[in-house]
Amino acid sequence: MENMRAVLQLSGVSKKFGDIEANRDVSLSVAKGTIHAVVGENGAGKSTLAAIIYGMHRPDCGTMTVNGVPVQFDSPRDAIAAGIGMVHQHFMLVHPMTVTENIMLGCEQKGLFARLPLKAASEHVRRLSRQYGMEVEADARVETLSVGEEQRVEILKVLYRKASILILDEPTAVLTPQETVRLFGVLRSLRKEGKTILIITHKLDEVLDLAEFVTVMKKGGISGTVSCSQTSKQELARMMVGRDVLLRVENPPPSAGKTVLSVENLGYRNAKGLLKLDGTSFSVRSGEIFGIAGVEGNGQSELLSLLWGMHDRKGAVSGKIVLDGIDITGMTPASICALGVSHIPEDRLKHAVVASHSVSENLLFGRHREPRFHRGPGFDRQAVADYARNLAGRYDIRCSDPERQPLRSLSGGNQQKVVVGRELDRPGMKLLILAQPTRGVDIGAIEFIHKSIIEARDNGAAILLVSSELDELIALSSRIGCLYKGSMRRIFTETEVSGGRTEELLFKQEIGLHIT
Amino acid sequence: MTPRTFRFFVPVFAVALAVLCSMLIIALSGRDPLLISGKLFRATLASEYGTGQVLFRTTTLVFTGLAVALPFKARLFNIGGEGQLQLAAFAVAVTGALLPVSIPPVMALPLAALAGMTAGGIWGAAAGVLKIRFGVNEVISTIMLNFIAQGVTGYLLNYRFAMPSTEHTAQTGAASMLPSLDHLTGLFAGSPANISLLLAIAAAILAAWYLFRSRAGYELRSVGEQPEAAEYAGIPSGRHIVWIMGAAGAVAGLGALNLVSGYKHYYEAGLTGGFGFSGIAVALLAGAHPLRIVPAALLFGLLEYGGLAVGAYVPKDIFMIIQALTILIVIGFNGLKK
Repeated sequence: MENMRAVLQLSGVSKKFGDIEANRDVSLSVAKGTIHAVVGENGAGKSTLAAIIYGMHRPDCGTMTVNGVPVQFDSPRDAIAAGIGMVHQHFMLVHPMTVTENIMLGCEQKGLFARLPLKAASEHVRRLSRQYGMEVEADARVETLSVGEEQRVEILKVLYRKASILILDEPTAVLTPQETVRLFGVLRSLRKEGKTILIITHKLDEVLDLAEFVTVMKKGGISGTVSCSQTSKQELARMMVGRDVLLRVENPPPSAGKTVLSVENLGYRNAKGLLKLDGTSFSVRSGEIFGIAGVEGNGQSELLSLLWGMHDRKGAVSGKIVLDGIDITGMTPASICALGVSHIPEDRLKHAVVASHSVSENLLFGRHREPRFHRGPGFDRQAVADYARNLAGRYDIRCSDPERQPLRSLSGGNQQKVVVGRELDRPGMKLLILAQPTRGVDIGAIEFIHKSIIEARDNGAAILLVSSELDELIALSSRIGCLYKGSMRRIFTETEVSGGRTEELLFKQEIGLHIT
Repeated sequence: MTPRTFRFFVPVFAVALAVLCSMLIIALSGRDPLLISGKLFRATLASEYGTGQVLFRTTTLVFTGLAVALPFKARLFNIGGEGQLQLAAFAVAVTGALLPVSIPPVMALPLAALAGMTAGGIWGAAAGVLKIRFGVNEVISTIMLNFIAQGVTGYLLNYRFAMPSTEHTAQTGAASMLPSLDHLTGLFAGSPANISLLLAIAAAILAAWYLFRSRAGYELRSVGEQPEAAEYAGIPSGRHIVWIMGAAGAVAGLGALNLVSGYKHYYEAGLTGGFGFSGIAVALLAGAHPLRIVPAALLFGLLEYGGLAVGAYVPKDIFMIIQALTILIVIGFNGLKK
């Protein structure tokens, strides 16, 4: 690596926020014309590092050079001038404006009252998008674009400012698999044109697929930089977490018991009259994990909300949902969960926790109706504190003071462990409904959560798993149902799934056939 | 500074800064600020009567402040304290006047309080129902309900309940009059301060317990912070919204007890003049924390009575300026923190 020209170099960079060392003695060298990945768990300091390079934070100490020239950025404006551009995870676009207007925003290069050089700009945008294979309609309003297109606008915005170094923060987090493939094509063509790309992510497969070099961060420091051709997913995971990580959880054969949940010919027409579920039928037995595969928008969210009594009551429901002989169709969430159902919703921050409340208040959330926590019309604070400490210990929730620390201050993985712990611990749990249980969670925590799910299964819970990650479905499920346009198109049996695990690539392709 | 101590000092800084500003304003109006503050001090805290007057105002302000603070934790802004208080004052006065003379105080007072709480509570809950049924923003509905309360009490007073050739209702029976602190302890000579002050302090403590210790308060705060998550956790948010708005109205209604049973013993137009709105300011100064409402109400009570007491030297409006400045500075400081 030393023999290649370093276009960006950091040495001894540190940054503290209060008492927290976000970056500690970070040294990094990025070679010209390469794709360089920075990986690490949530909270490892990747985003702070990116913010320092882009001039959003000023480092406490350490130096940075761009093209061999020492630089010191006071604001992103300086970074842009030095040829650095950044694509944020959350896009910074003005929705009612057109693509061209968004791209030229901030560098119109004209007097305040002069006419905007719109025509020249849109010509330039078209030229850039042709050059790098990024199809975007230059005159379209941003609000009409898909997420993938919005991201392309962000990249074009950076190129329009003549950046030669591009920083991308978690660029694939919001993309569908097809859009991800396209993005990688664009990034490769940018590299061919001599641009340097720094990509921040926690998805190791993508790193190995795309980058030349990868720098692993851990607890604010660098635990190493390796060449992608000479490393493996296993090694990167070990560098990130600091121990060996089981990327595929052990899954001993299940011993399924009696049927706990049966969904019978379930149909749902939403308030607009669109048919979202069309005669879906399946059942989940105790001691098994029933996985549901499907491309988003094929009825998963409607199915989940019906199971939890959260569906829009203006829609029309047909068929029924039976839990242990009781018809729960149309019941409220409170009465469904009182029957022994736990639910981990897809959007954790929005639906499963109250971020400003303390960790222990969140561990209680939805379970506060259990009499064991009650004293008079208030809570038995001792019982709650004991319970919180117990759960924090058992589920390895890392926090300093569960009573006072707000949940918001925890990392994503630890937040998810709060939800997982709370729901799996529910006394008398018969059914566990999981929606994307490991989305946005880092490797170490994924391993832990997967183990907990298998353990709950072995303790006799019936588990319904909805996930867009085929890897996760194949690793955990006893049976897999393929949801397509609101009905169950194919259900893979236990033997088919366990057989599929040995021929995984083929099996994935076969599932893929039934969900598209 | 930790966020906790910062939160604590914000109101103190704000008050100090506002006092400084108003000294300046008094000086600009051509008066000696030190002289005026000396007079103000002698007229209020240095005299028993003055202190009593301040405490009398504090009492109602605690109630109307709580009426704003309670729903605030559910992210609801109750602007309707004025209307709730006004209706309740009317209800307390009329109930007190209509009760037969033979009823003993142990029954008459609770009945009067109940009448006030019911009147205020219905007015508050109405805003809650409008919100969950028809999606009407509670700020708008409570403002409108204030106008309606004003109209209704005005009509009932003028056309139904006013004593001939007066502009107030009949005197309440002796049984529904609250004993004054003067009568009980011999302190605060002749001032209208009465034992509903103790009720106000109890209400603040109870409100703090409800919000931060009770299960219902836990659910309520969740509804305020993250309504969708609350639905997922099986918490009936609509019920909480109606209930807390009703409770807020009822608490504002208790404030009427101080004005009617403790002081005037009848209802007249303008009796509640502005206490409901000052309650909003009190709650803002207290950061909507029920226990901090008490000192905040004390400060506002002091400024309101102090303004009257030195009205001969400087216009009372200056004290309104101080109140408004304090609030603006508190909000400004809180904005700085973010």
